[in-house]
Amino acid sequence: MKVAFLGATRGMGRSLSRLMAARGDDVFLLGRDVADLERSARDLEARAGRGSVGAAPCDLEKPGGFAAALDAAEARLGGLDAVVVTAGDFARQEELERDVERARRLLEVDFTNTVVFCEHARRRLLARGGGTLAVFSSVAGERGRKPVILYGAAKAGLSRYLEGLDHKFRAQGLRTVCVKPGFVKTSMTDGLRPPPFAGDPDDVARDVLGAIDRGRPVVYAPPIWRWIMLAIRMLPRFVMRRIGF
Amino acid sequence: MNAGSEGTLSGWGRVPVAGREVRSEDLEALTRDAVLCRGLGRSYGDSSLPPPGHPVVAATPLADRILAFDPATGNLRAEAGLSLRALNRSFLPRGFYSPVTPGTQMITLGGMVAADVHGKNHHRDGCFGAHVTRLRMRVADGRIVECAPDREAELFRATLGGMGLTGHILEVECRLVRVPSPWVLTETERIHDIDRFIEGLKEAGSRWPHTVGWIDCLSRGPLMGRGILMKGRWAEPHEAPRGVPVPRRRPSVPFVLPGWVVNRWTVRAFNAVYYRRHVPAVRRAVVHPESFFYPLDAIGHWNRMYGPRGFTQYQCVLPESAGRGAARRFLELLTRRGGASMLCVIKDCGPEGIGLLSFPRPGISIALDIPIHDETQSLVDALNELVIAEGGRVYLAKDQLTRPEHFRAMEPRLAAWTCIRRKWDPEGRLRSAQSVRLLGDRP
Repeated sequence: MKVAFLGATRGMGRSLSRLMAARGDDVFLLGRDVADLERSARDLEARAGRGSVGAAPCDLEKPGGFAAALDAAEARLGGLDAVVVTAGDFARQEELERDVERARRLLEVDFTNTVVFCEHARRRLLARGGGTLAVFSSVAGERGRKPVILYGAAKAGLSRYLEGLDHKFRAQGLRTVCVKPGFVKTSMTDGLRPPPFAGDPDDVARDVLGAIDRGRPVVYAPPIWRWIMLAIRMLPRFVMRRIGF
Repeated sequence: MNAGSEGTLSGWGRVPVAGREVRSEDLEALTRDAVLCRGLGRSYGDSSLPPPGHPVVAATPLADRILAFDPATGNLRAEAGLSLRALNRSFLPRGFYSPVTPGTQMITLGGMVAADVHGKNHHRDGCFGAHVTRLRMRVADGRIVECAPDREAELFRATLGGMGLTGHILEVECRLVRVPSPWVLTETERIHDIDRFIEGLKEAGSRWPHTVGWIDCLSRGPLMGRGILMKGRWAEPHEAPRGVPVPRRRPSVPFVLPGWVVNRWTVRAFNAVYYRRHVPAVRRAVVHPESFFYPLDAIGHWNRMYGPRGFTQYQCVLPESAGRGAARRFLELLTRRGGASMLCVIKDCGPEGIGLLSFPRPGISIALDIPIHDETQSLVDALNELVIAEGGRVYLAKDQLTRPEHFRAMEPRLAAWTCIRRKWDPEGRLRSAQSVRLLGDRP
């Protein structure tokens, strides 16, 4: 599989890109920091034990560069079977409430610009007769919850967008995979108190790779979060107002 | 993680102090203001724990990228948080393995350098530091420095075994060894007493690259020091099964067992069964390297077995100069004091390496687990006094209870090491709970 990967340098993206490289997928890395991308590229090469991994800059805050970045990926890979997006922005709700400009930036990165990036990717994949678009949304988008109001709103929008893509383009060969991680212990969530059922990035990556291979439109990771979120979606409003979760 | 309840951290022995970890993939940023790095928390005592005045450690395990590997030479460069398990699992299928490995693979490269770990092949291949070719470090004044045996050599030598106190280790370059197959051929042998054991280790060491012994340190009299001697080497292709060993999923001790589970009688029963089950007296097998090198890793959270008060591991080396009776004198003292230990490991050490504070020296190393009781401190004091009298020393990666005056008496090398440490960190910024306790660093 020829994969363009936005966000492979850290967290779940790092774990997932390693699994892909280790099993022989050709991976091309996109991200903000070129030096950091190069280090991750060397890591994937060393772990896979063969091939060379290319990289190009791509910043979710700069949508003007999306087309060029995906062009570079397609050219280097000599094709494109899948695009994976694990990159995103995160900040605590309290910080976003204090600083409206910070909130605007997060909403723009996690919703508008991620969707714009996916639009570029979608066109390219469809032009090649289809492929997989796997994007990391979040369980935070499943219900309006006090600790993740703004982040959750952006992810809710992203999940809806991916759902729509799946409905419209699946028949044309575009397999959209919306990944909804629950709480996963990564540097993004460092300093937050992990709830029960907190996941490990390597385990999440295995689940996600399985979902990508099977083309499942929605995947919760770790899987138990599907049932946790089902329960939370069913809680009546007066309960949601009282609990802190 | 061995993070205990909210706001505490502990070593593998599960004796907590106030502290927390800050984690990031970006070790350069993470270490800018840090006073101590911590890897996977497998050191038993307080060496990975923060000083009371600065209860935060920089956790390295997310900084785990391999930066370069040359299959022609086996040279590897990686970020310091790379675990030995990830390294072995990546490279064993390609015919490479770590040149030296401690008894767990849940350890980071940075931790392997900081403790200058040794393994079952110490008598032949020395410490891990002997195979390290370069280190990238952030030193106390914030600069980033590369050191090697021939570049900033003092810093390099002080860092091998320096317990992370000379600078933060960011990247490690070392040489992996080529192995003929991914399997290990072992021979195990039942041994009747301690004197025979020490002879057996010496003799096996001339023929086998990997040797170690388990001894029953509750048996007395003529049976004192009976146990099982384990020998191993990488299997040649024609001796090995086809295919690559597959890592197994491991069971785990699900919660902290009550404190009475490990006591003199249960340990005695365990030891007797373990010893008697070994028939015939000599057995050969081809095994998974993980079960040969890391038998304890097979049980997740085995440290919970020792109950809510936790445990300490005591490891000392008794030098050759102390004579062959030293190990017997040590065991006599231990059995007299009733130190019940499920795990007692004995190993002969080869020549001292270049690490200025590295643990091994020619002689016999003995390691044992001691559950924490009210008398544990006085037991450790007594053992330390014997070790001082024999001219030996203890292993900092295990230590939790040694007194500073005892440590000074064991370590004539301390002054030279401290001098280099002070040169790189005049204000004494980098420190740990252990360095506060043992070296008199400011809290």
